[in-house]
Amino acid sequence: MDDLPVDPDAVAAARGRPLDRRVVAAVALGALPGAAARHALAEAITAPAGHFPWATFSTNVSGSLALGLVLAVLLQRYPPATYARAFAGTGFLGAFTTFSTFSVEADVLIKDGHAAMALAYVVASLTAGLGAAGLGLAAGGRLTGRRPR
Amino acid sequence: MSAGTWPLFLLAAAVGAVARYLIDRAVTARRGDGFPWGTTLINVSGSFVLGLITGLGLYHAFPGDARLVLGTGFCGAYTTFSTFAFETVRLAGEGRVGAAARHVAWNTVGGLLASASGLIVAAL
Repeated sequence: MDDLPVDPDAVAAARGRPLDRRVVAAVALGALPGAAARHALAEAITAPAGHFPWATFSTNVSGSLALGLVLAVLLQRYPPATYARAFAGTGFLGAFTTFSTFSVEADVLIKDGHAAMALAYVVASLTAGLGAAGLGLAAGGRLTGRRPR
Repeated sequence: MSAGTWPLFLLAAAVGAVARYLIDRAVTARRGDGFPWGTTLINVSGSFVLGLITGLGLYHAFPGDARLVLGTGFCGAYTTFSTFAFETVRLAGEGRVGAAARHVAWNTVGGLLASASGLIVAAL
């Protein structure tokens, strides 16, 4: 996993580059289908109280996989793909996945006396989410022909 | 969701995502240590707000459409799991395993405590 792509956003911000309004617009536009898809998935996969929150889990794991893939491809092969990254990564996948719902769901499980389920949810989300991001990153690197050293 | 709530939901999601971008950018510029403090701040603060909104729904009959717009729309889009996961993997890949573990700890423990605090404040 060495030779990972540099984050152009971080570099631009650190250099004090002025804010690009088109990047902000791309983030906002990407967030619209992202949040709508998350909501649609939550409506489709409803879990009764005390059950494993599958909707948020699948959203976060699939979104982490996709972000690893998208960033590996965009940051590696097309270094200046600023707007595509803002739209698909920061906007769409950033708004599709969610951390606040994850933490509130875990807390509500604990509050309702399902501490073991809450623990399973947290551990499963972290393991699968981080694994998916790593997998996406590795797959994206292969797609762009980056050879592991 | 009622037809009239959709535009508000989408607007809240766009505002949340843009707020995340601007805060992350500002925090990254301020802190030069390469640790993802921006995402941490965003996920912890957003978890507190969603805990508050969820608690207001549970204990004070806060309307469902308002929870959908502010909670699912704004907080959902403001906070992010995918960036958190990507940053953790990147830190670990750079050999900064300790920083990766701290990133997981800050977001998870911080997020869970923050949303619990929100729920508790709303229950008062």
